[in-house]
Amino acid sequence: MKKIKSILFYVALTVCAVIFVYPFYWMVIASIAPENEIGSLTLMPTSLTLTSYAQMVDKIPIGGAFINSIIVASSITIGVLIFGSMIGYALSKLVFKGRDLIFYVIIFTMTLPFQITLIPQYIIMVKFGWIDTYWALIVPYLINALSIIMFRQYFKSIPDSLIDAARLDGCNELQIIFRILWPNSMPAIITIGIITFMASWNEVLWPLIVIRDESLMTMPQLVTLFAVGGRAESQLGVKLASAVMLALPIVLAYLFFQKYFIQSMASTGIKE
Amino acid sequence: MINRKKILPYLLVSPYIVHFLLFVAFPVVFSIVLTFHKWNIISPMEYTGFNNYIRLFNDKTFFKAIGNTLIFLIIHIPLQIIVALFLAEILNQKIKLRGVFRGAFFLPVIVSGVVVTILWQQLFGFDTGLFNRLLTGIGFGKIGWLTDPNIAMTSIAVMATWKNVGLYIILFLVGLQTVPTQYYEAADLEGANHWQKFFKITLPMINPTIFMVVILSTIGGFSLFIEPYIMTGGGPLNSTVSAVLYIYKQGFFYYHMGYAATLGLFFAFIILAVVMIQKKFIEKDH
Repeated sequence: MKKIKSILFYVALTVCAVIFVYPFYWMVIASIAPENEIGSLTLMPTSLTLTSYAQMVDKIPIGGAFINSIIVASSITIGVLIFGSMIGYALSKLVFKGRDLIFYVIIFTMTLPFQITLIPQYIIMVKFGWIDTYWALIVPYLINALSIIMFRQYFKSIPDSLIDAARLDGCNELQIIFRILWPNSMPAIITIGIITFMASWNEVLWPLIVIRDESLMTMPQLVTLFAVGGRAESQLGVKLASAVMLALPIVLAYLFFQKYFIQSMASTGIKE
Repeated sequence: MINRKKILPYLLVSPYIVHFLLFVAFPVVFSIVLTFHKWNIISPMEYTGFNNYIRLFNDKTFFKAIGNTLIFLIIHIPLQIIVALFLAEILNQKIKLRGVFRGAFFLPVIVSGVVVTILWQQLFGFDTGLFNRLLTGIGFGKIGWLTDPNIAMTSIAVMATWKNVGLYIILFLVGLQTVPTQYYEAADLEGANHWQKFFKITLPMINPTIFMVVILSTIGGFSLFIEPYIMTGGGPLNSTVSAVLYIYKQGFFYYHMGYAATLGLFFAFIILAVVMIQKKFIEKDH
């Protein structure tokens, strides 16, 4: 009786898991199925073909968009790590006038809904002449309130004696941050790195606003405009192929670093 | 040397200050200025007094967007909490392959909303979509998941739940692990059943997590954009117009910068008000 109950339990749990995974499986097989089979596809097409991918490459500059996404997401991640640790260090280990004020301002900006700043930020981009440049995609994201708070929190747990010893050895503040604190803060760096890269990779609203030149588009924007713009010409397979290309890099990274992804995302939710 | 030491902290935080002034402080002030103007960016700004505000209070689409968001939240929040809590409770037991199951539930969280939306648009398809194929397979009629104005927003709310629930499972798991096991042991001695333990011990103990899920889902609901943008364009009959989609349309489709800023300001106030009300409710409960 107990054994039957246990088997039923695992069957139910597996059904739950399938609900979350099967749609992605369907998307992948639909992208490599012949176009006329997608409408009735459930488990396996009768034959496999890469026609959808070939047509996609023909219609949209997906390779360029991939490179743009890599450039933008990497630049933002590096910037967030560098600036975040500098500011987090000042806020946790240095004493100066206005420190608490800055900390409260950072907390306040985290609660500010972005709906209020969206239009003015776009106007700033126009006035700077940054529309259709990498600057518009990268610069506004280089500073991130949450990452500063997380660095501050983490640095607080590192003993002051470590910093004092480094200072006696003649290290300047930047050397303290990048040579002493960074090697001792790998969990924080991995967490912030993953969430920042993932968020930048998946960001789509802001690119839709500031980029019109197709050669500068990141993957989510290009795939979105392809899907809604009618250029997929109601060819489902091509649309799904472009969605697969957009998902692939993050899913691959997730398969290798699953534990870090889950921990990172969970810690951001808890901090908020 | 002493001077350098004094300046140094300010040098380190200066990038933040520049960023704050440029991308937060100035935009907030400027958005308020914009609400009193009509401006398409190209021609000079035109002062129009309270016109944008008057227009807003007579704008059916604005209220429709609020209503749509509320429908979204009414379906999304309870569904999210029930499903996440249920699956978290299961994952919190001693089960085999826990990591695999957790990894599966979490998969939609890391994938771009664009991918999820394009994918579910096919699943929701009227003629060949998987859901309608399943329905007709077991003898029911087809449903216009995205074409029926009474159903479209619900469909989007279900999809959003599917996408985000993995994150909330993890948050609930963390919350469940903070409940001291002695509580359950004491309840076992008293002869409490599984449901009693759940409602008397677990639920009160994870109240902070529930609060967080409610807040994050609310902010998510008001930030809804790419889902209706790709799936429905806000239709049918504006039944899926979301707050951000409407700001986007006014700002970047019609170039009504003043009016779009007014919408942004009001939606921001509504978000803060809703979150504050929710906070009151949940705190009063316990």
